[in-house]
Amino acid sequence: MIEFHDAGYGYGGRELLTEMSLTLAPGSFHFLTGPSGAGKTTFLKLCYRELQATAGRVSIFGEDTRQMGRDEVAELRRRIGVVHQDCQFLDHLNVVENVALPLSVSGRERDDRDLDDLLNWVGLSDQAKARPPELSGGERQRVALARAVIMSPEIILADEPTGNVDWDMSLRLLQLLIELNRMGKTVLIATHDLHLIRQAKAQVQARVLRISNRRIQQSGADL
Amino acid sequence: MKTILLPFLNFSESASGRVVPPSGFTAQLTVITAAAMAFLAVFALALSMATGRLADRWGTELARGSTVRISAPADQIEAQTAAALKVLETTPGVSEARLLTAEEETALLEPWFGPDLPLDTLSLPVLIDVQETSDGFDAEGLRLRLAGEAPGAVLDDHTRWRRPLVRAAERLRLLGVVSLLLIAGVTGGMITLAANAALAATAQVIRTLRLVGATDRFIASAFVRRFTFRGFSGAAIGTFFGMIAIAILPSADEAGGFLTGLGFSGIQWVWPLLIPVLAALVAFVATRVAATQTLRRLM
Repeated sequence: MIEFHDAGYGYGGRELLTEMSLTLAPGSFHFLTGPSGAGKTTFLKLCYRELQATAGRVSIFGEDTRQMGRDEVAELRRRIGVVHQDCQFLDHLNVVENVALPLSVSGRERDDRDLDDLLNWVGLSDQAKARPPELSGGERQRVALARAVIMSPEIILADEPTGNVDWDMSLRLLQLLIELNRMGKTVLIATHDLHLIRQAKAQVQARVLRISNRRIQQSGADL
Repeated sequence: MKTILLPFLNFSESASGRVVPPSGFTAQLTVITAAAMAFLAVFALALSMATGRLADRWGTELARGSTVRISAPADQIEAQTAAALKVLETTPGVSEARLLTAEEETALLEPWFGPDLPLDTLSLPVLIDVQETSDGFDAEGLRLRLAGEAPGAVLDDHTRWRRPLVRAAERLRLLGVVSLLLIAGVTGGMITLAANAALAATAQVIRTLRLVGATDRFIASAFVRRFTFRGFSGAAIGTFFGMIAIAILPSADEAGGFLTGLGFSGIQWVWPLLIPVLAALVAFVATRVAATQTLRRLM
């Protein structure tokens, strides 16, 4: 689904990530961990072609990202749901409109019943008409997750989704991501929270990728 | 103002239009600029059309009319007048040659000497009004023939003084057209600046839209639609007030001067209605170019 072939990324003459070779298989569940500044966000950006590898090759859905035009990148992102730590909403739109944004930009019809179900799934039915600045950190993360899955993407990428929320909310978000994985979605979560990784152990067969010294290390054992 | 604009703004708020955040200052700037430019464009258009009408009138009506003036000793004036009329009747290209009556001469001189002109006490030349056919006559040939048959007759075909007037009117018309082009250019420039400012201020919005799979075409069209309707609505307001201002100018009949003839006549009133459409077109092109360039720059 996502393949790195000896890929690397550098900026301003400095190599941030190097010699990365790995495959994220369909339906797999991965954690990406490492110290702050190790390059977790950069790695995720390579996974949805926000950044382009400066060495080696990254293939997503079998396509070399270097060969993609702008429209192809847009099409690609409709098949990948991304949850950012800072969420990135359009603050002038309400929760429903933000969640439905991927449908709007791809010209698809909005089904209000599906949207209600989705907001119910993330526990935000009561906040449908609220605007993002009115939401708490946990609510924002759940709206971001709802937006990430509305197009029924094949891959979910989450960048520190529990970074700004309390432990209970972290577990709730983790539970939602595990449910998505059970529905066949490929999930990759970047986090430095080892407690969260351990918590997932009992429920899902997850693998851990660790960034250390600019390289990806895959842990041998499943958690 | 907001009430007037609301239908236009709502029309522009389609699914793609709504993704662009409302930007108060740039929105007002675009609408006000378009309104002011459209107001000026109405006047430039009116000037262009008024001078066009003048040029046409001077160029056609005066071109068809000439005068033969006969100044001769009193005992020869009648004979020379008869000879001149005979020459004119037999000149190809002359459709009519008519001696002006005393009343007509008085009317001609009235603006300078007043209505109670004692014509019989003045030694005035005899005037013959000459009308040409569409083919016109040979002015030099006629002068030579008049010199031979009626030495006191002088042909004034108005060419000497008509040409500079027609040229001036045509230049004024050109000036009006150039003004319209300048106004369109300035409008385009202002809208480009406003669109660039809006795009720069919404870099985060563009990043978010790209994150969820928006193509550059979608993002650009959201901005283009919004600025096109702002340009159109502003220009519609400016055109409306411009047309009212032109309509309430004193009419030419009342004052009789050149400037009071500024305006539109008949079907010409349709022309200013094209200004909002052209403003929308200018806004569309300007925003399209600005959005395409900015999106290319914002990786």
